[in-house]
Amino acid sequence: MNAITMTNLTKKYGDFLAVDDLNLTIGQGELFALLGVNGAGKTTTIKMLSCLIKPTGGDAVLLGNSINTQPQAVKKLINISPQETAVAANLSVSENLELTAGLYGQNKKSARQRAEEVINQFGLEGMQKKKAKHFSSGMQRRLSLAMALITDPQILFLDEPTLGLDVLARRELWASIRALKGKVTIILTTHYLEEIEALSDRVGVMSKGKLTAIGTVAELREQTGTSKLEDAFVILAGGRV
Amino acid sequence: MRILLFAKRNTKEVLRDPINFFFGLGFPLVLLVLLSIINASIPPEANNPMFTIENLAPGLAMFGTVFMALFAGMLLSKDRTTSFLMRLFTSPMTPKDFIIGYTLPMLALVLPQATITFLAAGIWGLEITANLLPAIIVTTITSLLFIGLGLLAGSLMNDKAVGGLCGAVLTNVAGWLSGVFIPLDLIGGVFKKLANILPFYHSVQGIKTVLGGNISDSLPHLLIVMAYTVAVFLLAVIAFRRKMSGGKA
Ligand SMILES: Nc1ncnc2c1ncn2[C@@H]1O[C@H](COP(=O)(O)OP(=O)(O)OP(=O)(O)O)[C@@H](O)[C@H]1O
Ligand SMILES: [Mg+2]
Repeated sequence: MNAITMTNLTKKYGDFLAVDDLNLTIGQGELFALLGVNGAGKTTTIKMLSCLIKPTGGDAVLLGNSINTQPQAVKKLINISPQETAVAANLSVSENLELTAGLYGQNKKSARQRAEEVINQFGLEGMQKKKAKHFSSGMQRRLSLAMALITDPQILFLDEPTLGLDVLARRELWASIRALKGKVTIILTTHYLEEIEALSDRVGVMSKGKLTAIGTVAELREQTGTSKLEDAFVILAGGRV
Repeated sequence: MRILLFAKRNTKEVLRDPINFFFGLGFPLVLLVLLSIINASIPPEANNPMFTIENLAPGLAMFGTVFMALFAGMLLSKDRTTSFLMRLFTSPMTPKDFIIGYTLPMLALVLPQATITFLAAGIWGLEITANLLPAIIVTTITSLLFIGLGLLAGSLMNDKAVGGLCGAVLTNVAGWLSGVFIPLDLIGGVFKKLANILPFYHSVQGIKTVLGGNISDSLPHLLIVMAYTVAVFLLAVIAFRRKMSGGKA
């Protein structure tokens, strides 16, 4: 079974086509990177897949569950690190994490245990009691990511996860993501091409709501006759080298 | 389970703001003291029962619950604008989980608030009888109107607008039209008609009659309040569900 199958997935805002007839299949355990200039439709795609907005047309099936007809089943399997950091400001790190775990059905004991694990994983030790609102934006980002991972999702959406992270934190996050590879299906968007080269199995390039190219990094370079991913991207995203 | 976890989080969020403490608990008490002092200076021959403690206590108990609209509305609105709610929208939480999860903490706040207001009124001469408990319960029930209004406003507006509407407009409208601060009979006319149509005056009367031991007399008043409450909650649920399926938390 594929992890994600999108068929004719479309989102219109009024007359504006934000996502245009997306057909895409992503295998289980695959890390799929979505690449595209600002406004290409990456976040809109992720919002549809995570049941935040309803598609105007088409459907997506996540591990056998349709986002149109079985959103509740989908929601149990997924988690997301939204493009904007999303934490409860007046709650501490531990409270944010345990709340998230609990809302996805973990009992108190398991929530506490998983919280300890992701706290270590994201370098938040010693700050368990600190309220999220007193954090720097990079630290809030880490907490937001930890909240996505604490529920052990089978499908994970990471919308620009490393935005605002320092170099060390970014490398650590890469390591965390690598550790998930093969087990968790991940859709990742980013504007950092080295991140894509370091992490992704396959890349899809979006431009004006359409998927314009798809393949491994090597394949995209080959397809465009370029030696650098950046040059390949510029061509595929509709610019000129 | 999800509801309780979420309700617990919302309780923390409200209680960790000290301003909420002042408005939630302190403000009704300040008014109680002020208006009692005014009452003491009204000469008995004026025969004005307006600010006697039997009138003041239920009035201020109701007035205190107006702030639940502000708390609920601000909380929901802030959750929307910080995209925390967007994250929760991708979780298995249902609209019911959200609405009840936002409502329960407010009810839990009204209980001690009303209790403290009545007990403080006891110090100022209110006779504390077995009717106190039903009066507290009725106050809690009538507070649902304001919680619903808060959730409706919080679903539709940003936190500044909610602060203005629920904090300034609603407190004034509910305050003046409740008959607590000015005698409706004395003013009469359109003002009195309006007060009779709107639920605020009836909330106070409902609480007052129960406090006086006349439960059956309170029912007509409470029915009016409940009708408004049901309508407001329906609108709030519709507005919230629209936000939830629109993705624009
Ligand atoms: N709620 C909305 N109403 C109207 N238009 C919208 C809405 N949300 C997004 N859009 C439009 O849809 C297009 C795609 O937006 P989207 O956020 O998916 O882009 P993106 O690829 O994630 O860009 P970025 O790299 O800047 O995050 C944009 O032109 C945007 O203006
Ligand atoms: Mg985006």
